[in-house]
Amino acid sequence: METGTAAGSGGSTGEPDTAPEWTGLPRGVLTMRRMLLVVWLVPLAVALGVLLGLFAGPVWAAFAALPLALAAWGWELLARNWRSWKYAERADDLLISRGVLWREETIVPYGRMQLVEVTSGPVERYFGLAGVQLHTAAAATDARIPGLDPKEAERLRDRLTELGEARSAGL
Amino acid sequence: MGERRLHPVTPLRRAWAPIAILVGWAFHDPDGTQRRLSELTAVTLALGATAVVIGGALYGFLSWWFTHFAVTDTELRIRTGLLFRRTAHIRLDRLQAVDVTQPLAARIVGVAKLKLDVVGTEKKDELAYLDEKDAAALRAELLARAAGFAPETAREVGEAPVRNLLHVQPRMLAVSLLLTGAPWVLLVAALVVPTVLWLITHNAWTVVATALPMLGGAFASSVGRFVAEYDWRVGESPDGLRIDHGLLDKAHETVPPGRVQTVRVVEPLLWRRLGWVRVELDVAGSANGVLVPVAPRAHAEAVIERILPGVRVPAAGELSLPPARAAWCVPVWWHGYGLAVTDAVFAARHGLLRRRLSLVPHAKVQSVRLVQGPWERFKGVADVKVDTGANKTVTARLRGAEEAVGLLQAQAERSRTGRREARPDRWMA
Repeated sequence: METGTAAGSGGSTGEPDTAPEWTGLPRGVLTMRRMLLVVWLVPLAVALGVLLGLFAGPVWAAFAALPLALAAWGWELLARNWRSWKYAERADDLLISRGVLWREETIVPYGRMQLVEVTSGPVERYFGLAGVQLHTAAAATDARIPGLDPKEAERLRDRLTELGEARSAGL
Repeated sequence: MGERRLHPVTPLRRAWAPIAILVGWAFHDPDGTQRRLSELTAVTLALGATAVVIGGALYGFLSWWFTHFAVTDTELRIRTGLLFRRTAHIRLDRLQAVDVTQPLAARIVGVAKLKLDVVGTEKKDELAYLDEKDAAALRAELLARAAGFAPETAREVGEAPVRNLLHVQPRMLAVSLLLTGAPWVLLVAALVVPTVLWLITHNAWTVVATALPMLGGAFASSVGRFVAEYDWRVGESPDGLRIDHGLLDKAHETVPPGRVQTVRVVEPLLWRRLGWVRVELDVAGSANGVLVPVAPRAHAEAVIERILPGVRVPAAGELSLPPARAAWCVPVWWHGYGLAVTDAVFAARHGLLRRRLSLVPHAKVQSVRLVQGPWERFKGVADVKVDTGANKTVTARLRGAEEAVGLLQAQAERSRTGRREARPDRWMA
C-alpha cells in the first residue's frame, strides 16, 4: 500500500541515527478527504452560479468560481496535510507527528494508555478506513491516527493493548 | 461487615429547600405575597404549611432511609435511590484523596461529610452526613485499607500520627490578602462603574445590578478567602499529606503518598518583596487546589520537598530563558518564561508580574507534545507540553527548535523510567 511517507515527506531527515520508523497514512485517507471536498464544494459552486446567473445577471455568476478556487486550493492543502501525518511504534512509546503550518508531535508511553478506540464511520468504511484513538489519564493527550487500513488498525490496537498491559502504570 | 446508614440528622439538610423557595418567592414579589397572604384564611395557610413540611420531611426521610454504604475489602459501596436506584462502587486502590468537611451548621450538630476522591466521582458520591467520630474512624479505616493493610487489621490500625509541617498565622494571611490585586481591582470597579452608569442612565437598577456582583466578587476574594484559609495547617503522616483549614466551615483533606500530579509555586507581584509564595497542587479527581495559601519561600519549598520526595524546587537562577528571538513571538512577556529539568521534575515558569512555576514529577507525565505554529517555526522556536493525569498541561514555551526536539525525546524517556522509582499505589504494602 502506498503511504504518505513513501510519497516523500522529508519530515524525518533531521532525526538522529536511531530515527524511528515512520509510517504514513494510507492513500485512501487523501482520496476520501478530496472526495468530501469535491462533494461539498462543486454543488455549492453550481448552485451559486445558477442562482446568481438567474437573479443578478451573468457577470455576477462569475463569483461561482470562488468555491471552485477554494476546492482547487483545498485539493493541494489536503495532500500536504496527508503527507504530514505519520506515526511510529518504538519499543516503549508511540510517536505521532502531524500538521504542516501548525506542527504537533506527540509521544505517549505505552504504559500510560488507558483505552484504545477504533472508530469507523460510514464514509470511512466505504473507503476501507478506520481511525485509532488513544486515551491516557490526561484529557489533553490528543493521540489519534485518523485513517488506517482496518487490518492495520486492529493490529495496532491489539499491539498497543498488549504493550500497555505489559508496561501498565496508573496515574 | 454489614451496610450502614448515614447519620439521622441527614434528612434535615434538605429541609431548608421548600422554605428557601417560599422566601425567594416572597422577596421576588413582595406586594403579591402580601395580597395572597391576606386572601388566605388561617385554615388554608395551616394546611399548606403542613403539606410542605410533611412532603419535605417524607422526601428527606425516604432519601435517608434508602441510602446505605458499606466498606468491603476492595471498595466503598454507596447505594442510593428509591425509584432510580444507583450503586457507586469506589475502588479503594484507586483512591486519590479523602476529604472530611464540616460546614458551620454541621459543626454545631456534630456531624461531618466524607468524600473519597477517585477519578470520576461526583458531588453525589460523598457521604453526608456522618457522626464526627464515625467520619474520623471511617477515614482511618478507608486509608488503612487503601494503604494495603490486611483486611482483618484495617479497622484496628486507627488514625495515623500527624507531624505538623506548617501553620499559617492569621496575621500573615490577612496581610497577604491585602497585598493581592484582585479584591482591590474589583472594589475600585464596583465604585467607578456604577457611578459612571448612574451619570449616563440615571437608572438605579442598572447601578445595583452592576455593583452587587462586583462587591460580591471583592468580598469573596478577600473576606471569603480569609475565612476559608484561616488556621491553615499542613501536616505529614504515614497516610500522606494532611491539610486542615477553615474558620467557619472546617475542611480536612488527606492526600496519600504519590498522588500529587503537579505543584505550582505562585508569586504575585506585591508579595515578591516579602518573599512570600502561594503553593497550589493538583490531584486527579479532587477539587482541592491549594497546598499553602501563603508562606515564606523557604518554608513553602520545605513542604514541597516533603510531599514530593527527592524534588528540589529550582531557584530562579537555575531556569533557562527562551532564546532572545522569542521576543518576536511574545513581546516583553517572554522574559517570564523559563524552564529547568532536574532528575525528578520538569519545571516550567510563566507570567511576568504574577510568576507561576509549575513542577511535574517525571513519573506523573502521561504524554509529551511538541507544538509549533507557523510564526514560531519561522523564528525557530517551539513549545513543549507535558500532560498530567489531573488534566493539567504544563507548557515550556518558546524553546529553541533544536532544544525542543531534544527535550521532547528526553522527556518521554525520563517519564518512562521515572515511573520505576515511584512508590506503589498501596503505599504501605
